[in-house]
Amino acid sequence: MSDNIYLLSVIVVMAIATFATRAFPFVALKGKGDHPLMDYIGRYVPPAVMTILVFYSMKNVDVFTAPFGANEFIALGITSAVHLWKRNSLLSIFSATAFYMFAVQYGLFA
Amino acid sequence: MFGYVPLGMAFGVLFQDLGYGWYFASLMGVFVFAGAAQFMAVGLLAAHAGLVEVAISTLVLNSRHMFFGLSLLKRYQGRGLKKLYLIFGLTDETYSLITASHLPATDDEQNYYFYLTALNHFYWVVGCTLGALLGASVEFDSRGMDFALTALFMVLLIEQWKKIQNPTPFVIALGCSAIALWLFPDKMLLVSIALATSILFALKPVVDKNK
Repeated sequence: MSDNIYLLSVIVVMAIATFATRAFPFVALKGKGDHPLMDYIGRYVPPAVMTILVFYSMKNVDVFTAPFGANEFIALGITSAVHLWKRNSLLSIFSATAFYMFAVQYGLFA
Repeated sequence: MFGYVPLGMAFGVLFQDLGYGWYFASLMGVFVFAGAAQFMAVGLLAAHAGLVEVAISTLVLNSRHMFFGLSLLKRYQGRGLKKLYLIFGLTDETYSLITASHLPATDDEQNYYFYLTALNHFYWVVGCTLGALLGASVEFDSRGMDFALTALFMVLLIEQWKKIQNPTPFVIALGCSAIALWLFPDKMLLVSIALATSILFALKPVVDKNK
């Protein structure tokens, strides 16, 4: 039961945090949308955030012992290649995830 | 748009592995409505992360949404509940659909955005629910499915690259991530974001010149 309360609190916190990020510019930046600094932030911070998130989601990969993260890096390569080829987000995500699931479950590089 | 169904299902299946009731997956889809953040939440819930950590991770992960709003300030002109809902539903998918759409020049612009958002929302909730039900009823080996989140980040990264075609923020962020992971492994996400943003600010004159 207390577990459900924990989960519900997490959902509430996430709902508020998510809405806050989406509402922020509408509340705080009314009429300041064309400020050059905003332009700069809007242009260069998102790519930095995405790079950090890719790194973050790979941070538990062990690159120092065999198989040196081969599964993860190959899967990442598949996503990138498929996306550069077809530019269909769903296809890129699913092809790499399918490969990764297969690799992990059948011990492709274990 | 239909893409939300399979992606939501992946989330639902993973969520089900935590052992909570399937309806919580639907609840999350209804009230949070954030793809990447919900995937990340599965990991946080499994680790029994504190609420502050949940809040900070969500804010950082969704900080990109702030910039969505920035470029829609002019388009989202309506008022009241409808506008609140449009802002609530401003996901990666909704944003890309809205910015890619060439509007039929009618006064029903706001209605068009509204239906687009609502339809996305609907597909997402359906996906989350189906996935959770599937995960609860069928013996399904979901090991490795969490890679969908990494792949999603990679796709968003490539989209950013196509947009700005300038290596500076990527290189800075990579360096900051490595340093943060080395020095503050437990606070890697927050430290690297703070560090990278500060450096980007400091380098504004240089970066701007090479536009």
